Amino acid sequence: MAIRIFIPADTTACALGADAVAAEVALLATGKGLDVEIIRNGSRGAFWLEPLVEVETKNGRIAFGPVTVADVSGLYQAGFPALCEHELCLGKVADIEWLERQDRLTFARAGVDDPVSLAAYREQGGYAGLTRALAMSPAEIIDAVLESGLRGRGGAAFPTGIKWRTVLEAAAGQKYVTCNADEGDSGTFADRLLMEADPFQLIEGMTICALAVGASEGYIYLRSEYPKARHILRQAIAIAGEAKLLGEDVCGSGSAFNIHLRIGAGAYICGEETSMLESLEGRRGLVRFKPPLPAIEGLFGKPTVVNNVLTLAAVTTVLAKGAQHYRHFGTGRSRGTLTVQLAGNIRRGGLVEIPFGASLRELVEDFGGGTASGKPIRAIQVGGPLGAYLPESQWDTPLDYEAFADIGAMLGHGGIVVFDDSVDMLEQARFAMEFCAIESCGKCTPCRIGSVRGMELIDKMTKHGNNNAELALLDELCETMDKGSLCAMGGLTPIPVRSAIKHFPQDFSGGD
Amino acid sequence: MSSAAINHAEVVSSALHKFADVPGGLLPLLHQIQARLGYIPKATVTIIASGMGLSRAEVHGVISFYHDFHAEPHGRTSIHVCRAEACQAMGSRALEEHVKNRLGIDFGGTTADGRFSLESVYCLGNCACSPSVRIADEVYARVDAARFDELLDAL
Repeated sequence: MAIRIFIPADTTACALGADAVAAEVALLATGKGLDVEIIRNGSRGAFWLEPLVEVETKNGRIAFGPVTVADVSGLYQAGFPALCEHELCLGKVADIEWLERQDRLTFARAGVDDPVSLAAYREQGGYAGLTRALAMSPAEIIDAVLESGLRGRGGAAFPTGIKWRTVLEAAAGQKYVTCNADEGDSGTFADRLLMEADPFQLIEGMTICALAVGASEGYIYLRSEYPKARHILRQAIAIAGEAKLLGEDVCGSGSAFNIHLRIGAGAYICGEETSMLESLEGRRGLVRFKPPLPAIEGLFGKPTVVNNVLTLAAVTTVLAKGAQHYRHFGTGRSRGTLTVQLAGNIRRGGLVEIPFGASLRELVEDFGGGTASGKPIRAIQVGGPLGAYLPESQWDTPLDYEAFADIGAMLGHGGIVVFDDSVDMLEQARFAMEFCAIESCGKCTPCRIGSVRGMELIDKMTKHGNNNAELALLDELCETMDKGSLCAMGGLTPIPVRSAIKHFPQDFSGGD
Repeated sequence: MSSAAINHAEVVSSALHKFADVPGGLLPLLHQIQARLGYIPKATVTIIASGMGLSRAEVHGVISFYHDFHAEPHGRTSIHVCRAEACQAMGSRALEEHVKNRLGIDFGGTTADGRFSLESVYCLGNCACSPSVRIADEVYARVDAARFDELLDAL
């Protein structure tokens, strides 16, 4: 029987050479007359170990990593794919501490098997949630989601069940489920990883949502920067359709649900829900005034659920294992697991799924292992380009929505970007304004013009002089953007700017 | 009529055939046209508008709003350098300078031989292994100046 070898086809794994490693593993196996089957799985998210090669044995998977093409012949010489003495051998996958210490609910299946194998998905518990949901009334499904305490994972943390109930109760012939997969925050890749490693989970979550709210059409709005996710989702949607898990009669329930995959066109603002709806309707991604809420008047003017990838995915766990099981993880009003993405200047970067409540320091030091450069950490930006830059005095803040709000920061989509002591915070503050200027939809003045004026003001500051006049004006400008912008783009851009000024004043005041 | 213009008309008409009746079909239509022609020629805007039941201003507005759509011919291969925070933390600002010098163009530019266009991107979702560069549809991790040269020389 062929020995099964798993080599990820994930974006990051491939960006580190996984395709070439897979080709070399296959080539040398043929040369040696070894019977191997190479499976291109998703990634487990331990990106610091990618390309992570796994060999199936009767005692579980054995891991090797990070493997480069140049390592492959040495591995075979040491006895690969049998268990061998080699410096890249990490022992059993199940024993890799970095993975073992996590509480994986949403990412339990990520990286285990071929992402478009429906059989593998089912074997690992997939579609148990939908099976349960099919036996429940819409109101019962929504009660379970409410009881789980699940809040939107895109960044706004709005209770998912309330949103769904609003759509259920809205009277309309046509309703929609839309998945916001426009993951634009720097330092985030959880949506991408999920779509590339476990796409059926998203499809299942959307289907449960459709049953709950009475929607027959769904859209996934995927950013164009993710070509591999597009390819995998397209296949998974087709496979689910053939298996009657999507289509005119989902699992014989009599309910129809179809998913359309739409590709964005490189606009960060389309991650804002109303801008995303405009884009899905074929227009410029201009933010809409609220109210009306999308749940009342959303896509094509109809009641619409807009949820992030991870929110919809989490629903499968809530239904399969019960609201109490999900709720049992977490702290305070932040229930379930938080998906943290360790990024930037970090030694052991990747995806960490743990219950809410751990401190930022634990994440960055215990999981992350400090900086990649080996220099001290100076600042950590949490929550994407609109998130605060946190100094060391704030790294003990527990990772939950309320604790972060209390220090004027936000968890957002869980991106954690680490900077070492070479960072110039004035440059980072300027970039926050520049990014807003580039990506503003242009509808409201504080965002469109304010961001440009913010850049100009920061450019006026001198490295070694008195910047008090500019700083006072910049603070006023931030106040205007905060209070006067239509959406979070202009409204939150002051957060990174002000946190940089507040916590790292020496970078703004000149002098030495 | 030149053969290029005939080709343009064919591509636009087949895209219209596919997307004219799709709700909100303008973005997928523009993606398809650009995938085939490399850009969305200004001369096609009128045909697209009438085929989609939109005004020329609406079509032009969409093309100009999204960073992905180009109204001018583009290089045969697009090189996207990530300029967002995670990559900045790993030295992407120095990489940007190197790439501009090596290609002899700024962001938004196309090399004189028409081979490459250099574009900004704000996140490729590869942030644990920054800096990231995308060449055509392939993403590369931990790219420094030397690695970029190696990738470019291999093209």
